[in-house]
Amino acid sequence: MAEAGTAVETHGAHGAHDHGHHEQSFLSKYIFSTDHKIIGLQYMFTGIVMALIGGYMSYAFRMQLAFPGESVPGYGVVSQGEYNSLVTNHGTIMIFWVAMPVLIAAFGNFLIPLMIGADDMVFPRINRLSYQIFLISAIILIASFFVPGGGFGGAWTAYPPLSANAEYNLTPLGSTLWLVAVALEFVAFLLGGINFITTLMNSRAPGMKMHDIPMVLWMIVIASVLFMASVGPLIAGAVMLFMDQVVGTGYFDPNRGGDPILWQHLFWFFGHPEVYVVLLPAMGIVADIITTFSRKKLFNYKLILYTAFATGIISFFVWAHHQFVAGIDPRMANVFTITTLIISIPIAEMLFLYIATLYGGRIRLATPMLWALSFIAEFLIGGITGIFLGASGSDIYFHDTYFVLAHFHYTFFPIAIIGFFAGITYWFPKMFGRMLNERLGKIHFWGTIISFNFIFIPLFVLGTAGQHRRIYNFQNFPDLAGLQDLRVLATTALLVMLAFQAVFLFNFVVSMFKGKPAGKNPWQSNTLEWTADSPPPHGNWPEGLPNCYRGPYEYSVPGREEDYWPQDVPPDTAPAE
Amino acid sequence: MSMTKPIATTRSATGIPTGKLAVWWVIGSEIVIFGGLLASYIMHRIGHPEWAEYASHTNTWFGGANTFVLLTSSLFAVLAHYAAEHGDGKKAAKWLLATCAGGATFASIKAVEWSIEISHGYTITANGFWSFYYTAAGIHALHVIAGCIIMLIIARQAWKGEELHRVELIGIYWHFVDIVWIFLFPLLYIAK
Repeated sequence: MAEAGTAVETHGAHGAHDHGHHEQSFLSKYIFSTDHKIIGLQYMFTGIVMALIGGYMSYAFRMQLAFPGESVPGYGVVSQGEYNSLVTNHGTIMIFWVAMPVLIAAFGNFLIPLMIGADDMVFPRINRLSYQIFLISAIILIASFFVPGGGFGGAWTAYPPLSANAEYNLTPLGSTLWLVAVALEFVAFLLGGINFITTLMNSRAPGMKMHDIPMVLWMIVIASVLFMASVGPLIAGAVMLFMDQVVGTGYFDPNRGGDPILWQHLFWFFGHPEVYVVLLPAMGIVADIITTFSRKKLFNYKLILYTAFATGIISFFVWAHHQFVAGIDPRMANVFTITTLIISIPIAEMLFLYIATLYGGRIRLATPMLWALSFIAEFLIGGITGIFLGASGSDIYFHDTYFVLAHFHYTFFPIAIIGFFAGITYWFPKMFGRMLNERLGKIHFWGTIISFNFIFIPLFVLGTAGQHRRIYNFQNFPDLAGLQDLRVLATTALLVMLAFQAVFLFNFVVSMFKGKPAGKNPWQSNTLEWTADSPPPHGNWPEGLPNCYRGPYEYSVPGREEDYWPQDVPPDTAPAE
Repeated sequence: MSMTKPIATTRSATGIPTGKLAVWWVIGSEIVIFGGLLASYIMHRIGHPEWAEYASHTNTWFGGANTFVLLTSSLFAVLAHYAAEHGDGKKAAKWLLATCAGGATFASIKAVEWSIEISHGYTITANGFWSFYYTAAGIHALHVIAGCIIMLIIARQAWKGEELHRVELIGIYWHFVDIVWIFLFPLLYIAK
């Protein structure tokens, strides 16, 4: 316990404190740092690497679907078992090792202290521990591909008895390593989440009231609470599944009095709130971007906040809509159909409020704004196609088809990928002190968005034609073999999309070192992070932490010369506020 | 090593100390974990009337003795907190050690109990009831052991008069571990 040094309690005053005036070695500065910004970047870079791995997997199995049995350049022939491992781990990686670390952990760690005017998180060392556990979990997951039998191939939902019994899944080690990696990842995010919540609750700048908190932070913290409240049963379920795999218990084995449906309940009790765990931070990122780039106040801040709460609460009552064909009681299916349709209301309301924010604004179509607008448009498609699946009647037809697959890619792609690109293009200047290249950014934007739609619209069509999700080679099915052109189209679009990511990586790396210097506040934004240097030094504001005087979205306030009003600027005239 | 403590760690916008907030959030997430496990158990129990017969082989005397030990140790945790509030670190450390001794007694009784049961053939793979019995009580026992280890570290600090507020935090956690057992005891032992 090295914490013995007692700090003088200055309680948010501008007490002089000497952070970061001592030279740190590379290891302690970048690898074992407790600085929230470095930990945020560690999460982000790990997430980007995992996204590339997950993208590579999708490349391999999409090539197999378009050109069955042929050798895939850069991979080789995809065998049946490998195909299962690839689709399973593509899903697992993209949700648990890309969407969560990037949207919650990377932006949460980087932004929470900066946006609330604090010098760090409240538990810096627990924060570091959280990242280290996360990194170990990522390594375990990747390692599972290289053990005898290969990576787990029982789909990312890991339904027993397939996942519980090595005789069925044929990946005795891979399935256990997968489970251990997922459980460790949950531990990392529980630790991180507790840190986020307590930091936002306790370490706000003097003067920052509940409704002065930027929306993105609210969303990240609500998401952390949702995660904490929903993941418990799945942790319990993971322990039980682990016992089934390793010790030989029969929790989920119907031959021995177990119940495989129980796993589905435990999994989806977490799994559906998890959608909102990643959706809300993306919504928050979009909220902050559209206000900055339309120079308008966020339309009805409080209502957006309350709809976020409502979404969080309702999200606990929709899980069984994943199990309409799993033999649940039809009366229960009715209840879950209704709750599922209800949850679309707050989300739709939020999108309307965002559009109302845009209305009458002076819109600047910079790259972050393009991403934010495309989030609204693309997520809308994902949301509307969800209605077909939430209604139990139509779900019986659509269940486990490519329609489902296309639907959740139309939600998760906007959340994880568009949300990330929106956030990174917006906060890149703060993270690295330099601007991204706008022209390259726009080329990357259009290339990605257009090719994305060309991947998944054909898959909607295939799904309505009845194409099942988990099939290795459709040539074996006469009714489906004729639709091969659509599969080739989707795969070609995927190749185009992956190619366009090279533009992003090039832009990212070059701008990091050679971009135009950004200055403190390149977007003329209000929130506190833009009052620190770019990139902020250790301790964020060495000259003293800021105070907060107003809400985060005071744009185009009448009677002011500038069209923005940073949160830390004291009111000019005492009573006018 | 001589890093200055960030100002963020010393702020308290809610008026509640950050450490206490965090402990409550930890307990919140633990409640959901145990809640999921126990809900699964209860659902199975309702669906399998024959489990009552399996449960009748558990030894209520062992369970009852452990309930008594654990509740008594919670009293010691309260006394430790009382001493810490009055600034008496040495006394707080002693009561924490007494609490730990309660935890150790609990674990020892559990070890004897399980040995007897396993030697009679009631292993974790015997049937669904015994799987839940060992899993739920085992996870709880891990919490007891982890609590004891943390308590020893805090007792050492309290002995030197450092970080006395932590005595209360470990106390809150210990009560939680206690309450989980209050749920486990009737579910696994009394309901027959």
